[in-house]
Amino acid sequence: MLVVATGAVGAVGALAAISPLFVSMAPSERAKAAGAPVEVDLSKLEPGMLITEAWRGKPVWILHRTDEMLSKLGETAELVSDPDSKLPMQPDYAKNVERSIKPQYLVLVGICTHLGCSPTQKLEAGEASGLGADWSGGFFCPCHGSKFDLAGRVYKGVPAPANLEVPPHQFLSDSRLLIGDDAARS
Amino acid sequence: MLRPVMTWIDERFPMSKLVREHLTEYYAPKNFNFWYLFGGLAIVVLAIQILSGIFLTMHYKPDADKAFASVEYIMRDVPLGWLIRYIHSTGASMFFVVIYLHMFRALLYGSYRKPRELLWIFGMVIYLCLMAEAFFGYLLPWGQMSYWGAQVIVNLFGAVPFIGPDLAIWIRGDYVVGDATLNRFFALHVIAVPLALLGLVVAHIISLHEVGSNNPDGIEIKKHKDPKTGKPLDGIPFHPYYTVKDIFGLVIFLIIFASIVFFAPEMGGYFLEHNNFIPADPMVTPPHIAPVWYFTPFYSILRAVPPMFGSQFPGVLAMGGAVFILFLLPWLDKSPVRSIRYKGPLFKTSLTIFVTSFLLLGYLGLKPSNIWGQVGSADVATLAAQLCTVLYFLFFLSLPIISRLDRTKAEPDRVTS
Repeated sequence: MLVVATGAVGAVGALAAISPLFVSMAPSERAKAAGAPVEVDLSKLEPGMLITEAWRGKPVWILHRTDEMLSKLGETAELVSDPDSKLPMQPDYAKNVERSIKPQYLVLVGICTHLGCSPTQKLEAGEASGLGADWSGGFFCPCHGSKFDLAGRVYKGVPAPANLEVPPHQFLSDSRLLIGDDAARS
Repeated sequence: MLRPVMTWIDERFPMSKLVREHLTEYYAPKNFNFWYLFGGLAIVVLAIQILSGIFLTMHYKPDADKAFASVEYIMRDVPLGWLIRYIHSTGASMFFVVIYLHMFRALLYGSYRKPRELLWIFGMVIYLCLMAEAFFGYLLPWGQMSYWGAQVIVNLFGAVPFIGPDLAIWIRGDYVVGDATLNRFFALHVIAVPLALLGLVVAHIISLHEVGSNNPDGIEIKKHKDPKTGKPLDGIPFHPYYTVKDIFGLVIFLIIFASIVFFAPEMGGYFLEHNNFIPADPMVTPPHIAPVWYFTPFYSILRAVPPMFGSQFPGVLAMGGAVFILFLLPWLDKSPVRSIRYKGPLFKTSLTIFVTSFLLLGYLGLKPSNIWGQVGSADVATLAAQLCTVLYFLFFLSLPIISRLDRTKAEPDRVTS
């Protein structure tokens, strides 16, 4: 009895003693601090163009959608698994068909919701994309074959379980976008 | 001259006793064949990896800004640095070649069966450690494949329900794979896992020498002992008989090893992937990413399982299950005989299907999922991988039944040649 009790207390003590080692593996204060918002100038972003910005070490895409691209969202609504953006992959102000504040500007974290690869841009519709003649334009993840439409909505029957994430963002003016901070909106 | 020295040592440390127990008087079955070379070869490759690794750490820098350049520095500026690095990278792949053949040997001859269950489990834990070691090491060159491979594997843990996202952050030490991740993977690769590996290899060998080696006939040589000496009649001393045989095998192995190091160190992109010669870029995933060949069967299983209930966890579970189900092998096989030589047609067919699906999964894991075109909206290759995944698990799940139903042959009393 005494041996068991001593052993148990010893084991608890040993666990407590090594716990700092495990705690030390959590993100450092420096890593936590490195998440400042990023300001992007949109004045040179022509319709149909996509630029990539780094925010918190992740790629963030800003796609200037054309009217043609926006019209495709109706076609893909039946092909995607969460057409109404029910899963919380976007701030409330982007919970709409276009998944954006201004319909033409799509802002997405370019990280596949499956296992974190960065999908390839396949913005062109049709055969030229290499994804078949009925492709409506969007993104294709090279790692495990997940497909997303031009609003970052995930297709049915692919490995990724959710739509691409829309990061918090706001427009400072017509051509200035701030990624990572939406204080003015909420 | 030598004798007094040995006596002096033996009075203070059981040197002669250890040599007797593990070499000169360790009786191994006399009918070992080609398949019994790989255990010894695995130890040699472990030694090669540790030695070459020590010298690589003298020049390598585990820093996200410097890692890629320091590997190129090893390749170009360090005297014979290219040789040491190619030995290490070739050794990594050859380690898995040797271990897979070693494991296949156990499947052929039932080496995991009672009383060798714990021996098998030690071996499986070694295999797990080896996978961890290879994975941590693969991040260190900080190329595109290093980066995205680590990103995908760490995110597998992120798929665990509830604790997943926090677990993934804790493993990375940051919100994305970054400098903190590289630094800790370096620590795990050069200290933590090698230490565990060495200890496990010792446990594996102690356990082997306790129960004695299995053999291609799968029968116990301890059943027939010389009544006078008490030594197994079908056993021969490990040294000199098997040390000589193993050295012969080792020479052939080293010829192959050196040919790869000197003439094909990248092995056409299978040992060192082409994309890994591009520095890590967190903004762009290369168009075709695949893990190194030794992980691709499990990667294929991961990719084959579709998401369920809005989560990719089932795929992760299937991949983990594919490795962990191997642990159960000693308890799944109910056959009255151990070796494939005396097992019936059911087991032979089942093993053939299993090996074929494992190899096919490995092949498909190397290729993009649209390689074989499409039927309807589904990729043919994905369907094939799904079929192979089912066959992979079916081998294990059907084993308790088919090993009982199978028409086995009678085992011989003594080993055959």
